[in-house]
Amino acid sequence: MDEKPAADRDPPLLEARGISKYFGAITALDRVAFHLDRGEVLGVVGDNGAGKSTLMKILSGLFQPSAGEIVFQGAPVRFASPREAHRVGIEMVYQDLALAGNMTIFENIYLGREPGRRLMGLTIVDQARSRKMAAEHLARLHIEVKSVDQNVEDLSGGQRQAVAIARATAFDARVVIMDEPTAALAIKEVGKVLDLIKSLKEHGVSVILISHRLDDVFYVCDRVMAMFRGANFAEAALHDTSRNEVIGWIMGTKGHTTALAHDRVQ
Amino acid sequence: MAARDVLGSRFSWAKVAERYGIVGVVVVMMMFLAIAQPEYFLSVQNLTNVLKQIAMNSLLAIGMFLVILTAGIDLSVGSILALAMMAVAIADKADWPWPIVLLIGPMVGIIVGALNGLGLTLLRLPHPFIMTLGTLNAVRGLTNLISDGRPISGLSAPVRFLGSAQIPLPALGPFGAIPVSAFVLLVCYGGVALFLRKVSVGRHIYAVGGNPQAARVSGISVDRVLLLVYVMSGFFSGLSALLLAGRTDSGFPNAGIGAELDAIAAVIIGGASFFGGRGTVLGVFSGVLIMGLLRNGLNLMNVSVFWQQLLIGIIIILAVYVDVLRRRAAVRTEERTQSHAAHWLLRRRRVPESRSTTT
Repeated sequence: MDEKPAADRDPPLLEARGISKYFGAITALDRVAFHLDRGEVLGVVGDNGAGKSTLMKILSGLFQPSAGEIVFQGAPVRFASPREAHRVGIEMVYQDLALAGNMTIFENIYLGREPGRRLMGLTIVDQARSRKMAAEHLARLHIEVKSVDQNVEDLSGGQRQAVAIARATAFDARVVIMDEPTAALAIKEVGKVLDLIKSLKEHGVSVILISHRLDDVFYVCDRVMAMFRGANFAEAALHDTSRNEVIGWIMGTKGHTTALAHDRVQ
Repeated sequence: MAARDVLGSRFSWAKVAERYGIVGVVVVMMMFLAIAQPEYFLSVQNLTNVLKQIAMNSLLAIGMFLVILTAGIDLSVGSILALAMMAVAIADKADWPWPIVLLIGPMVGIIVGALNGLGLTLLRLPHPFIMTLGTLNAVRGLTNLISDGRPISGLSAPVRFLGSAQIPLPALGPFGAIPVSAFVLLVCYGGVALFLRKVSVGRHIYAVGGNPQAARVSGISVDRVLLLVYVMSGFFSGLSALLLAGRTDSGFPNAGIGAELDAIAAVIIGGASFFGGRGTVLGVFSGVLIMGLLRNGLNLMNVSVFWQQLLIGIIIILAVYVDVLRRRAAVRTEERTQSHAAHWLLRRRRVPESRSTTT
């Protein structure tokens, strides 16, 4: 299984080089390197504590790396906050969705980036415009809600997930990172969220999908990367690998699982 | 039947009741008092008196409300009130120019409020209860230190203006007048209502109370929002010190003992959630009015102050219980419509190339 990058012609959209993260004496990430191409859906798998979420929080600016660098479109970048990551178009959909349930759909979509006019250092929110923009954006993504004035706490799990994705893509996102977007959903809502990911890809947005569900990974991803104990362990284009091999990677074994795989004829 | 209302049309009686129910309580109380004590309660003098009496608590409550919206609490408002009041009285006695004396009240509040906010955000004390419990004591001590524990009376006219002046209004009869403090309240409540509704930082206060993590990842500086609400709470405490000093023509170091609890009570009676993110300015004002009218009415009916305490306690518990019942009813409504909600995604079709590309 050779792991060559998908495209050598262009520099990748996003690249991580030697990213390490220490929390006190704990090494959460150990020299992680990976890349993400334009319009690519990259699946990131790994067992609990393998460092997936930590890595994504670094990419989205919530954490800062202890060592290593992030390269975006060929230029090194540093994100001191999620706001700075937003500025270059990296957005994250958090596992707990990070929505304010007491606020409306449209307010959640534009939270922290409210459209409006400046007045003496304050932003006067243009709620009518915000409402209209939210409705149009949801329509583009083919997300149906009764009204953008509904509070998020009154929505189903799938609807909340859709609102979180809508928020991540509201401002020309280049990269959307999703942390277990289907983990908390009813089965009939899962397929629709996965289709939403595919539609992002069709719109030229790169997606990083963290998931425990290999079904999801094999349904939407172009490439899969496995993390193990804080390091990137293995990766392959989806058509070059199999479920059993990926499961082996998640458990930290390479090679012999291929031979054991019962769905592969040698 | 309520389910169809809540979900179907924009206008619904359930929403109106939720939003303005508390105002209804105020109206019912006023009607009851008007009938029970017709000659006293509706007199202009009594009504302006009520306005003057609630002025202090209403300012403390609006500041407390901002703090409670972020799921915090500010126990120090009563002590800030006393310190600001004594500082004003001392400066006035020292013949400082009155514009500076007037600024001292709110400034003292802003400074102590900033300390509260920094204790929470910079020192990372685990809960605002602790920091503000600290300042409740420390600031009261400071008040007694600077005043030697003695009251000061006899303030200059400009300093008394906000708290005691009345604007005569002959249309309301021979004693017709509106206290200046009522205008102060109007400006403060209107200002806060606009701020919370229209200004992005005001919306961020609700966001921080609803889900601080959501606020953080949205690029909102949660610490700055927290600092701001404690500063604002301090500011309103300082302003209320000016009103109280004006009304009583004095400064006394025991002012505002226990006032933080009245402010919390008004906010809670007004329907704000103690867990943050929920509540309206109108609700807070209603809460203040309910407490003020209750005290006024019971006074007019010669009911002892002990009964007033007992009743206010019961009302706090009842007000929150009504809220609990309402929320339980809302959950039941939601359950009934869950199957309905599950269909939304199934209605989605495959995505055509309609969306403008983002690259």
